[in-house]
Amino acid sequence: MSEYLDDLDTGPGVGLVEKQFFTFGSPDKPLVLESGRSLGPVTLAYETCGTLSAARDNAVLVCHALTGDSHVAGRYNEDDPKPGWWDIMVGPGKPIDTDKYFVICSNVIGGCMGSTGPMCLDPADGPHQGTPYGTRFPVVTIGDMVRCQRRLIDHLGIGRLLAVVGGSVGGMQVLEWSVRYPERVCAALPLATTTKHSAQAIAFNEVARQAIMADPAWMGGDYYATGRPEHGLAVARMIGHITYLSDESMRDKFDRRLQDRCELSFDFEADFQVESYLRYQGNKFVSRFDANSFLYLTKAADYFNLENQHGDGSLVAAFAKARCRYLVVSFTSDWLYPTYQSRDMVKAMKKNGLDVSFCEIEAPWGHDAFLLPNARFDALIAGFLERVKGQCAAGQCDAASAGAGNAGTGCGADQGGGCHAL
Amino acid sequence: MRFDLQVIASWIEPGARVLDLGCRTGSLLDHLRREKHIRGTGIEIDEQAAGEAIAKGLSVIHGDIYEEIEDYPDNAFDHVILSQTLQQVHDPARLIREMLRVGTRCIVSFPNFTHIGNRMQMFFTGRAPVSRELPYQWYDTPNIRVIPITDFRRFCRDIGVPIVREVAISTHHHDTRGRVITFLPNLLATFGIFMLGSPGQGSGPEVSKPDGS
Repeated sequence: MSEYLDDLDTGPGVGLVEKQFFTFGSPDKPLVLESGRSLGPVTLAYETCGTLSAARDNAVLVCHALTGDSHVAGRYNEDDPKPGWWDIMVGPGKPIDTDKYFVICSNVIGGCMGSTGPMCLDPADGPHQGTPYGTRFPVVTIGDMVRCQRRLIDHLGIGRLLAVVGGSVGGMQVLEWSVRYPERVCAALPLATTTKHSAQAIAFNEVARQAIMADPAWMGGDYYATGRPEHGLAVARMIGHITYLSDESMRDKFDRRLQDRCELSFDFEADFQVESYLRYQGNKFVSRFDANSFLYLTKAADYFNLENQHGDGSLVAAFAKARCRYLVVSFTSDWLYPTYQSRDMVKAMKKNGLDVSFCEIEAPWGHDAFLLPNARFDALIAGFLERVKGQCAAGQCDAASAGAGNAGTGCGADQGGGCHAL
Repeated sequence: MRFDLQVIASWIEPGARVLDLGCRTGSLLDHLRREKHIRGTGIEIDEQAAGEAIAKGLSVIHGDIYEEIEDYPDNAFDHVILSQTLQQVHDPARLIREMLRVGTRCIVSFPNFTHIGNRMQMFFTGRAPVSRELPYQWYDTPNIRVIPITDFRRFCRDIGVPIVREVAISTHHHDTRGRVITFLPNLLATFGIFMLGSPGQGSGPEVSKPDGS
């Protein structure tokens, strides 16, 4: 969830990309959120790379993590110092190969990277019209985010996604897609994720939120005219970063080494490299992220509970709705979403007779491992997608019916012909 | 593909649902997928092997066979395969019953401990046998059981699991060639391969040789 990691050699990429916008709904015909509140119009920022096939059957939706954005790969202009956040994974010849797949990535609602979120201006008639929502913005859920993404996929004229891919909070969206819109997904890749936050994960998010809300500049969320709660947001990010690393990776990266000094300072400067690193990450984050968005997105992640939402408290019942095949991946040192959480979802998928592959990859880097170069991870994703592509080409988009011996009835026959039909 | 896997593959009917316990890099599943259009799943505890199998496009779960098999519904598969792993299994009766719960048939193969080569080594050198099929010393072997073909038959009878089909073969461990042994299999075969059915559903053995050793 670090996104935009420094100094990754990403190799040749997709070239230039452009952020686009899709708006739907209106104050009269709003999107009714799971909270019961309404939002409209809703805008999604999104980017695409690769080419949509004539049959519209090669679309891969990438869902970004907590603080990511639509800029999954490529550069906005030639001088861009950095490519998109998953440029090592998405591009020509890369595991999510843009020579084969049409890749879509949209910023989630509640975010601050172009999609409708708390820093947007409230269009509704009333005393607040034309001022930023702030905390008047309705609380959104992972389900709401996915419902908006579905509208975008409709807009792009894609009936069935070849795959939905995402790590961390992006993986929650992947899981949500697979059970909310089973007929729209051929394959799902929930990576380094969970079906529900543990108390520990909620606890870290709550401390991060409190750091923001305790900053006097936060002003109850109404800070857009007065100056942002930079310190609170930086501390929130520092907390997040601790959860994305591991004891081993921190020891390896920093140990107790001192930063720019030979002796302890005996004051409250950043003596240690790890302090300096966290301060740097916190400050860097402040320049690109909105504090209110951080509150909303962490809340959405905390609220996510696949079994309650879709299975009346039973994860097995929740996955009974799914029809796609899955690739689930966890990392040994990820203590934010530990492997047992991935195994729980795999278990529920198996009990439903779903086609599932699972691998726990040995990696020392903690939760961030899914954003770092890893040959095994690359091979898993590339091989799995290649297989799914073949199965869909053979008319087996629907893994559940293919497994029941109905292969060849055509993917999405229930949709009026082919996985490509709207 | 290894000769013993070729024999197992020949027992699988086209389109079957197959679970391969300890599938390694998935060569059997890959073969069955291409040749027999089966719907296959593998379980493999080694990350590298499981990773390679998934990268081939196979459905494989990285995990422990005892834990992973428990999650499958009854009769989820037509065949459940345990290839050359039985000698490492802690509770064979429990695992075989579990295999027959999730599958209609199970196929078990193992190195025949009482092969003449092992017997000669023990007899003439007085030491624990080390062979191509069982290439370990006593202190580093993952194998916790020694299984003669004769004893395995007896074991199946004792636990009430009918043998549907059996064959004894002679092949080197990773050899693609081999032959079926019909004469004195407990003495001359390097591997035994058995198809087992659930109690009550078994037919008589298709290949049943008197134990001549």
